[in-house]
Amino acid sequence: MSAATKFAWTPENEAEAQKHIAKYPEGKQQSAVMPLLDLAQRQNNGHVTIEIMEYIGKYLGMPAIRVQEVATFYTMYNHKPIGKHHVQVCGTTPCWLRGSDDIMAACKKHLGIEKGETTKDGMFTLGEVECAGGCVNAPQVSIGDDYFEDVTPETIVDILNKLAKGEKVTPGPQNGRQTSAPLGGPTTLADFKGKTAKSGGDA
Amino acid sequence: MPTLTINGTEVTVDAGKSVLQACEQAGVDVPRFCYHERLSIAGNCRMCLVEMERSPKPIASCAMPAGDGMVIHTDTELVKKSREGVMEFMLLNHPLDCPICDQGGECELQDQSVAFGSGDGRFSENKRAVEDKNMGPLVATTMTRCIHCMRCIRFSDEIAGVEIMGAIGRGDHTEVVTYLDGLLDTELSGNVIDLCPVGALTSKPYAFTARSWELKRHPSIDVMDAVGSNIEVDTRDGAVMRVLPRLHEDINEEWISDKTRFAYDGLKKRRLDRPYVRKAGKFEEATWGEAFAAIKTGLKGAKGNEIAALVGDTADMESMFALKGLMNSLGSQRIEARQDGAALDAKIRASYLMNTGIKGIEDADYLLLIGCNPRSEAVMVNARIRKGTVKNGLKVGRIGAVADLTYTVEDFGDDASLVKAAKGGRHEISKALKAASKPMIIVGQAALAREDGAAILKMAHDLADKYCISEGWNGFNILHTAASRVGALDLGLTTEEGIKGLLKSAKTGDVKAMFLLGADEFDSSTLADTFTVYMGTHGDEGVKHADVILPGVTYTEKAGTYINTEGRVQQAEKASVAPGDAREDWTILRALSDIVGETLPYNTLSELRIALNEAVPETATLDTLPEADWSDFGTDGDIAKTPIVPIGGNFYQTNPIARASDVMAECVSVREGATEEATGTNG
Repeated sequence: MSAATKFAWTPENEAEAQKHIAKYPEGKQQSAVMPLLDLAQRQNNGHVTIEIMEYIGKYLGMPAIRVQEVATFYTMYNHKPIGKHHVQVCGTTPCWLRGSDDIMAACKKHLGIEKGETTKDGMFTLGEVECAGGCVNAPQVSIGDDYFEDVTPETIVDILNKLAKGEKVTPGPQNGRQTSAPLGGPTTLADFKGKTAKSGGDA
Repeated sequence: MPTLTINGTEVTVDAGKSVLQACEQAGVDVPRFCYHERLSIAGNCRMCLVEMERSPKPIASCAMPAGDGMVIHTDTELVKKSREGVMEFMLLNHPLDCPICDQGGECELQDQSVAFGSGDGRFSENKRAVEDKNMGPLVATTMTRCIHCMRCIRFSDEIAGVEIMGAIGRGDHTEVVTYLDGLLDTELSGNVIDLCPVGALTSKPYAFTARSWELKRHPSIDVMDAVGSNIEVDTRDGAVMRVLPRLHEDINEEWISDKTRFAYDGLKKRRLDRPYVRKAGKFEEATWGEAFAAIKTGLKGAKGNEIAALVGDTADMESMFALKGLMNSLGSQRIEARQDGAALDAKIRASYLMNTGIKGIEDADYLLLIGCNPRSEAVMVNARIRKGTVKNGLKVGRIGAVADLTYTVEDFGDDASLVKAAKGGRHEISKALKAASKPMIIVGQAALAREDGAAILKMAHDLADKYCISEGWNGFNILHTAASRVGALDLGLTTEEGIKGLLKSAKTGDVKAMFLLGADEFDSSTLADTFTVYMGTHGDEGVKHADVILPGVTYTEKAGTYINTEGRVQQAEKASVAPGDAREDWTILRALSDIVGETLPYNTLSELRIALNEAVPETATLDTLPEADWSDFGTDGDIAKTPIVPIGGNFYQTNPIARASDVMAECVSVREGATEEATGTNG
């Protein structure tokens, strides 16, 4: 490996790494392998390499193969370079029932790439993930660290367009839903609207 | 101690045992793949499911601690269904290519699918295929067959002490790999072949050469080092097809080193298969009669101690005893076995034995290595030391060259005079020895083969006397490298002058004739002008300047007695057929004695063994760790303040058999990254 690709913590990340290690008892610093891999992945623009695994192995005093086992077990560690925005469409049953196939198709068509590929300009990498835990607002798409919920083929294309231009996008439900509340506003206890003085009960 | 009921029978087991072990104790067989008694518990194959009353689900018996009052069933419908279900899952992605699989016939998956497999699979999708890995010249891989029991990973981590194997990916994409598809770089790597319950890891040199049911199995003893590992030599039509370990709890447990396992192809290469006589500088084929006549002529003019003999590292007791008999009948006492020149004292048995015993290492709490590298000199001893460090908190210190031994070693330097300092009492070594309740020292041949070897031996004795000897505990150990050495010392095959003196005498003409009994570990050019008879198996160093060559047999081709570094006497069976005209060494010597000296007084192996038992009473007791009497030995003297130089040579090529082996040569070259390196005789 050439010196140019040599990985080392930035001073900020070094401090961050030490913070993670400090969470675990003396001699158990290997427990910090996952946050450290994540930290390294962020520092390395979204993916980990063999060199990084070896660096972390040395840093935590554990064999490189043990780091590699962890890094390959969890799908959120990427092993290939990814675009600036990592678009991950959820394809598990609730999202699928709510039309994730259409979302995926829209993404593919808009970006002109297949699953697992990166656009030529290096802006987007497209992927499908198993349940991301946003079922209540399905279908859901993660882009980077943000969740975009209640997306439609139109809204996702809009979001991708804005990201491509560097405009601000708002994560969360894309259809006006407040967090994970019912979409049409409250449907129960509607009578109490305006007369909430004793809503706590008078027992 | 919990008492539990297994299939209606009550059984009481030691606390900490698992349900599976309790079942074994009750004589109930539980199928398993991932569980192995010498490895940590993984619990990932699920084959050992049994039913426990008051449990809603079947339990993995290997991972469930036995508890008081448990009621276990292994013969219910639920258990049968569970096992069948697990087996069906196991076979989903298994290629079922038994007819072309080397494991066929000795495959745990095959055996258990006969018992628990259903006739048909319900899985109609494509099976997954996994790329094969390259683990080096010894272990062949067919990773599609892997059932992910992870035994190999646990073995390399826990027993071999090299963390280079792992399982990457997950679920359907799990693959067992060596790190970056690299070499499985441990001298114990062959054991993963035995551990693999399927045909994912098989032996590369043995690949497609024989089926397990065609083989004849012969219990034998390894001669590649002085440990005396118990092995099984498997033959077909009289030829050695493979070597496997045989269980011996006190020596090699169920492991063997790669040299022991894979050097057997050297048994068929560069063999001396007929007598040769040198005529006008060139070897010519000869009959036994001609060879003996040439020896008789060559010995003319040499009297008594003008005839000398050197004993090789792999000689058995019988041939050494016969050689001694022949030499004595010629009036010579000049027989030397210490080819490395180690200052060992043949008079006191405790001075040249591993008195603590190999198993004894597990009881020790402090170990001082003096000029020895057990990882290359005695792999099984090293594995035992590692076991001690892992299981018993054994601490290891070292005086000698730094080398990775797979466990933590505290280095004190390689200066030989440190032995004196250690005895002194002020040095930290002394403090560590003093603080330990069962301390031991292991002195290697590198420390004894120096000019001041006898002084080091004396100092090591004093050191042991001061710290390592207590009631029922003798912590003084010599680690030999040659399988024949302890036996040779028991026979008293040493000379005052040592090998250096003998070779010098050969140059000056004080020694006129020299017998070499498989002696190849010295520079034979000093014997250029001496009448030399080489009796051995391979065209190696010893034949270079020989005048007569008598073809002997290797350890698999004769019944032999060997005494290991502990002083344990073991006997090997004859397993394979010697090539050509080669004869068992003692019969050659017996026949030769007829012609050149007095006829040796035995005609059969059993007669020889009776005579041997009389001469060396220790040989009468087989397979017992001896208790040698402790007394004074060594010679007072100055110890030079110079580094102890480790024994040279490569681990894979320490004897003529291993040097003739292509597999061993490949093991060397793959590590050196060289192409055509070290295939010669210079090891």
